[in-house]
Parts: sequence; C-alpha cells; structure tokens
Amino acid sequence: MNAETLIPKVGVVTEVRIDTPDIKNFRVVGTDGKKLFVHKPGQCAMISLPGIGEGMFSITSSPTNTEYMEFEIKKCGCLTSWLHKIEAGQEITVRGPYGNGFPVDDAFVGRDLLIIAGGVGLAPVRSVINYCRHFRDRYGKIDIVYGSRTKEDLAFYEEILHEWMSPEEKDVHVHLTIDREEEGWNGHVGFVPNYVKELAFDTDKTVIMCGPPIMIKFTLAGLKELGFDEKQIYTTMELRMKCGVGKCGRCNIGSKYVCKDGPVFRMDELSELPDEY
Amino acid sequence: MVRISLDSVNALFAAIAEREALYIPTDTAPGIAQFKKWQSGMEMTERLKTSRSAKDFFFPQTENLVDFKVSGKKIDIIDPREETEDFVIFGVRACDAKSFEILDRVFLSEPVDTYYQNRRAHGTIVTLACSRPSESCFCQTFGIDPAAPGGDVSAWKREGFLYLEPITEKGRTLLSGLSALLEECPEDAVEAEKESIRGILKKLPLASLTPDAFGGGKTEKYFDSEKWKSLSEACLGCGTCTFVCPTCQCYDIRDFDTGHGVRRFRCWDSCMYSDFTKMASGNPRLTQKERFRQRFMHKLVYYPENNDGIFGCVGCGRCVEKCPISMNIVKVMKTLGEDET
Repeated sequence: MNAETLIPKVGVVTEVRIDTPDIKNFRVVGTDGKKLFVHKPGQCAMISLPGIGEGMFSITSSPTNTEYMEFEIKKCGCLTSWLHKIEAGQEITVRGPYGNGFPVDDAFVGRDLLIIAGGVGLAPVRSVINYCRHFRDRYGKIDIVYGSRTKEDLAFYEEILHEWMSPEEKDVHVHLTIDREEEGWNGHVGFVPNYVKELAFDTDKTVIMCGPPIMIKFTLAGLKELGFDEKQIYTTMELRMKCGVGKCGRCNIGSKYVCKDGPVFRMDELSELPDEY
Repeated sequence: MVRISLDSVNALFAAIAEREALYIPTDTAPGIAQFKKWQSGMEMTERLKTSRSAKDFFFPQTENLVDFKVSGKKIDIIDPREETEDFVIFGVRACDAKSFEILDRVFLSEPVDTYYQNRRAHGTIVTLACSRPSESCFCQTFGIDPAAPGGDVSAWKREGFLYLEPITEKGRTLLSGLSALLEECPEDAVEAEKESIRGILKKLPLASLTPDAFGGGKTEKYFDSEKWKSLSEACLGCGTCTFVCPTCQCYDIRDFDTGHGVRRFRCWDSCMYSDFTKMASGNPRLTQKERFRQRFMHKLVYYPENNDGIFGCVGCGRCVEKCPISMNIVKVMKTLGEDET
C-alpha cells in the first residue's frame, strides 16, 4: 500500500461507457498508461474529482485484467452526478486498494459458486465472476442470478450475453430476471429473492451476494429456507467512508470498520455485529 | 530528579524556547486556559486544565492533507507539508498524556498516519502532576495516576519548586540541555506531593466510579439497552463533547477551492452529527439515540475490544464541565452499569 495513504494518485479515465440509464462504466489507468495498482476481487478504491469530493467504489474489473481498472458507478448523489458528466481523457484521483476482498484463493477454491446480485450490486461481484472464469478449473459449477428493475437497467448486459452466457463457457449458468413484464423480454420476471427460491439450488454451494438491503434481507431468508447456512454466504457492504483505513471513524459498526475489516463479510460474522447498517 | 525554583521558571522556558517552540497552558480569558506558544513574560496558568485538550498538537482541528492543481482535464498532486519542527508541550496533565497513547493506537497502527506520526516524533511532552484534582476528574477510573503523570518528563510543583524527572530518552535529552538551570535533588523529593495528590483523589466525588461493567465483548449486553433512549433524549447533537474530548479522533476530509487550486483538508468531525453516516442512499443512524449510543459504545466497548482492554476515555472531565445539557460519560456509565454491580 502507498505509504502516504491519504495522498491519492492521478488516474486517467480512458473510456466512459453508458451501461444503463443511470449507470456508467469508467476505465481508469495511471498517467503512464498502466494499471494504478494490483487488487483482489471485492476490494475498493477512493475516487475523487478534486473540489467535488471523494467516495469509495468497488473495483469491478478482475485483477486478471492487467491493462486497466474499471468502476461501475450509479448516479445517485453529488460526486456520482459529477462523475457521470466526465468524458474520456479526464483525470481523477484514485487511492487504494482498500478492504479485505472475497476469499477467491482460499474459501472459494473447489466450491460450486452461487452468485446473486441486484442492480448495480453486480459491480463488486463481477470482479469475482471474471476472476473465477479466468481460473476456471479452480472452481466448481458457477451459477449467477442477476436481476434489475427493467431490461435496460441490467448492468454489463453485453458482457453477460456474449461472454458469461457464451456457449463456450464451461459450466457457467446465468439466470437473469427483471421486476416486471416488458416487451422484448422472454426471460424470467420477478424479484431476485423469489427467483432464487424457485431455482431451488443445492445447498452445497458457496453464495456471494450483493444488492440493495431489501434484496439481501429477503434473499437471505430464502436461502435459509432452502437449507443454506450463514457460514456459506458472503456479502459486501457499503457505508459512508472518508479515510478508507479504519481511522476516520465513519464506517465503524461494533468493533469492526467496514473499510478495513470488510467490506466483505460472511453472513455469520455480520450477524454478530450490531444491527446498524 | 532535578528542580528549579518557581521564580526562575521563566528562565527555564526561555532556555527551551531558544532551541525549539515551547507551548504552555496559560490564561487566555477569565476562567479559560489554553495551550499557547510561549513568549517572554507569559505565565503558566494556575488552572487545572485547559479548555481544549492537548490533542491539537498531534491531531489539529484542521490540517491540509494535499493540494491539487487542476487545469482542464489535468490534475497535479502536491504534498503541502513542510518540515515539521521540534516542539515542547509543557504542563500536560496525566489524562491528556494518556490520551496520546490512545490516539497512537489509532493513528500509528498500520497504515500509519504520517501527518500524526511526524508531529508525534517532533513533540516532547512535559507533564505536570495535578496538585489539586477537581470534582469533575475521574482519571483514576481508567487507572491513570495524576501523581505520576508520565510523558517524556514528569513535573511536580511543591513548596516553591518545580521538580522534574526524565522518563524517556527524549526527556533526558531535553533536561540535559537545561542542566545549567537545574539543580540535582533527592529522588524522593516529591513523595509527599504524590501522597497529598493521592489523598485528594480518594475523596473526589467520582472516586468510586469503575469501568468494570464495560470493555470488549459487551456489545450485545448494552447495544439494545432501553436506557439509550432516555439517556440521549435531551442530547442536542452539538458535538461539544467530541471537540473537547482528548480521545475523540473521528475526522472528515473535505475539499476547498482556493481560487488557485483545490486544497484537501481534514478536520475534526463528530459521530454525534446527523450527517456523519449519511449517504446518498440513506442514513443508518437515523436519530440522535443511535449517534449518542455510537459515541459511548465506542469508548466503553468497541475501542477496548480492539485495544487490549484499554478504554477510550481518560476521565479528564471536560465533557462533564462543557455539555450544555449536563449529559456525560459518567452518567452513561452509571446508568448502564447499575444493573451490573
């Protein structure tokens, strides 16, 4: 890690892609054209536009992408609205990586993976998906359940269709769903928690879950009904952060700091924390 | 141990100030003492404590972290720091001295906060024993002994003399440079003073307050207590307690457009404020009850859980004196802990 952890590096946004009506994808490299730093799936970085503010975002690209990092950002507040206005060539500041990341090289190895995401919640787990696809032999069957409000709100739709759902993929199964019926959609319709229950997965899988709190709550209940244990389920959290290194006090829950002890928690660890997230 | 007549303390201050910046607690307004940079003629206060704690020296209320030069789409990053100079803080009380250890565990743990570390490395702390601890004091609750105040050099005032004992290498270096002004004295010269202080401590109104009901592992026990509601009911969320607190270290990072560029600074923040945890998607601490609970749970449970049982309070009593609605950690400890003992 950078010895001067609060002093960021300059990153260059090389490409901005409109992914959904309110989500954009940003490719970032250093001023030398190379990747700024190495990260683990699930880790985050502090991004800022000087004068506007700094915010914590998950790094959505896989570490196996050696050329650039990607951030998948939904427009929902002050900083993200400004970020949505920038064009390729714009410099931003980046510091990180922060947090623990998913245990892709230990607890996940050899396991069947069930990845469940809603909306922009796909961003942090996409890094896991592409990491596991890259090192395909290390993992068992991969199931991905992903849902959003409408078809056009599905993030990474092109990548899902042409890469994850490609006939060449080995034992990767994508289950898409949208909240309501719409023209041109032949896939599943319904909320993610219900879809997960309908799909009635074997309970020997490791679950990786990210999405809005309401989705997490009901999906967790559904998984428990199916017979899953909290120890099999991982999620990643979002709280307000300023420093990213467990000192500014903002993301403190109980004796944990989400920025350094998380953002990835196993459900049984999360259950032990006070209900304040 | 060495000593100097209190009449000659100004000469001692002058000798220190010749070499490095010297800060002493001095009266700045009627009834108010603060640490100020010593200048000839400035006298040390007779008051027990400064209104603000001594944390400013290492963790100032605001500090510049980084500057940005923005031109078009380009950003240049500038580290604005200049060489930190050596300085001495004279007359730090035992509670404030202990608070530095508590802050160290936050700022000097990996990854080290180099802003804090630089100041800490350049500062020499001369503590002063509390001849007359006050009614609001409860440092002894947390195992702090104001008769042996610690720091790099410990000092005692007794019968016209200031006694000084070096504790650390830094302290020995400071005193060895001042030896022309100091006279050797027996090691037990301040024993009577220590005894007198410890005698007063026993009679203080908060002498029996113990933290035994608290510590790591007590989250479940207290988090959902019904008592938080009544305890926090009158809290104004003004944050005064956090600003006068020597151990509160939460901070904010913000940008400021100087007209010539952007200055990113950090400043003290307070978990008592409504926007502390507020995000675009909502706020996990919606009412003052949750914010109030966070402050005390952090000091009494979360901090000790992460720091070998050390509490995040030094019993300086500033919050006891300054809270506009007279709520404080003592009341919280008594109210929550009363079922325990």
